[in-house]
Amino acid sequence: MNLFTNTVGRKILMAVTGLLLIAFITVHLIGNLTVFAGPDSINAYAKALHDLGPLVWLFRLGMLALFAVHITFGIQLYMENKAATPDPYAIEKTLVTSFSAKTMLYTGLIILAFLLYHLLHFTVQVTNPAISAVNLPLDAASRPDVYSMMVLSFQKVFISLIYIVAMVALLLHLAHGISSWVQTLGWSTGPSQDKVISIGKVLAIVYGLAYIAIPLLILARIVK
Amino acid sequence: MDLTLHVWRQKGPEDTGKLETYKAKNVSPDQSFLEMLDELNDDLIKTGQDPIAFDHDCREGICGMCSQVINGRPHGQQELTTVCQLHMREFADGDEIFIEPWRARAFPILRDLIVDRTALDVIMQAGGYTSCHTGGVADGNTLLISKPVADYAMDAAACIGCGACVAACPNSSAMLFASAKVAQLAVLPQGKPEARRRVLAMTEANLSEGFGNCTNHYECEAACPKGISVKFIAKLNREYLKSMIPSAME
Repeated sequence: MNLFTNTVGRKILMAVTGLLLIAFITVHLIGNLTVFAGPDSINAYAKALHDLGPLVWLFRLGMLALFAVHITFGIQLYMENKAATPDPYAIEKTLVTSFSAKTMLYTGLIILAFLLYHLLHFTVQVTNPAISAVNLPLDAASRPDVYSMMVLSFQKVFISLIYIVAMVALLLHLAHGISSWVQTLGWSTGPSQDKVISIGKVLAIVYGLAYIAIPLLILARIVK
Repeated sequence: MDLTLHVWRQKGPEDTGKLETYKAKNVSPDQSFLEMLDELNDDLIKTGQDPIAFDHDCREGICGMCSQVINGRPHGQQELTTVCQLHMREFADGDEIFIEPWRARAFPILRDLIVDRTALDVIMQAGGYTSCHTGGVADGNTLLISKPVADYAMDAAACIGCGACVAACPNSSAMLFASAKVAQLAVLPQGKPEARRRVLAMTEANLSEGFGNCTNHYECEAACPKGISVKFIAKLNREYLKSMIPSAME
């Protein structure tokens, strides 16, 4: 089908999957921020998610498909763009593009590597078994103690550092991605362009800082 | 003023090419950039050297032939200006100037600063025909086109097809060029009947001709001597989406 081979078709697929992934990190962020409301909140949230049963797997399959499309076409488009571009100019000068736009592939790959680690850490719980919820005592309401797992994990400098670096990569990825879909889906009208780009960058910083706040505040022992 | 020029010299498409240094002496600030090169070439010819080959035609900024990247910017540092309209008063005595050809795999270098831009013509040809009335001259205003639509189409039609957008694009994409054509014809009654076919064909040609994909860097808009806006790329994307909707007619 043309959508999967055409230059604009694949751009639109990148935008649509990107948008859905932004929707995911929005919900995920709101859920994670319940850690600041104390053990009861996040443990209840974790249990509620877990109790969805087969829906969880349906959701995971959907996420897998989104990531597969976004990553496959992202790398494919990057390779084609490399092939289309010969040696650089003796003087390399860009006028309006940003660091984040130029590094989308690299920040994307960092996020992918982080995602795999993140799943092993908090979902499969094999990287730090001693402080994983499966091996920790249940909380007062007999729920897996996700709160303690998070706090004990992020009290380790190395783990927090991995998360913070990955979230900086996410911030950079979003700084180009959030505004980019407006143009790609054809909503941009010209005069609104600069504003859309600025709003995208501000939102990226909000997402980035909010995500970074979780390991950082735990590492600083402000949340314990 | 006296200048030091670093100019890309390449004997032919197969040659590897390299930057060579020349001195341009007694350059008048009132000269255009191309006139400065003309005088340098006169000197080169007089001393038995090969003159620098470069493209040019109208020298009034409308033909789209001139194609030089000056100090890393297509058409030089002055905004909304082609090389032929760039004047030496924009430079200072003693400046070092790097002059290179457009660089994109779709634009093979033929010699020195001259590149083959046939790939843009292929995109145009892929766009195909427009349906319009033939025969006797129609009465004025037979086809009603509102002023905003006429202005919009005219802004897109200002593209001179020089290829600076491709030269500036980090991905060597020709999307700004293709979008100017797609947008102009998609809003006018003379181009609307073929809009669906046109956007598909022109975007397909973008890839088959070896151009890269657009990733919204917007360097093209900044480099364009005619100020073609990236809003036309948004329009092209919209036209592409529209072409996905099944139509009873096609």
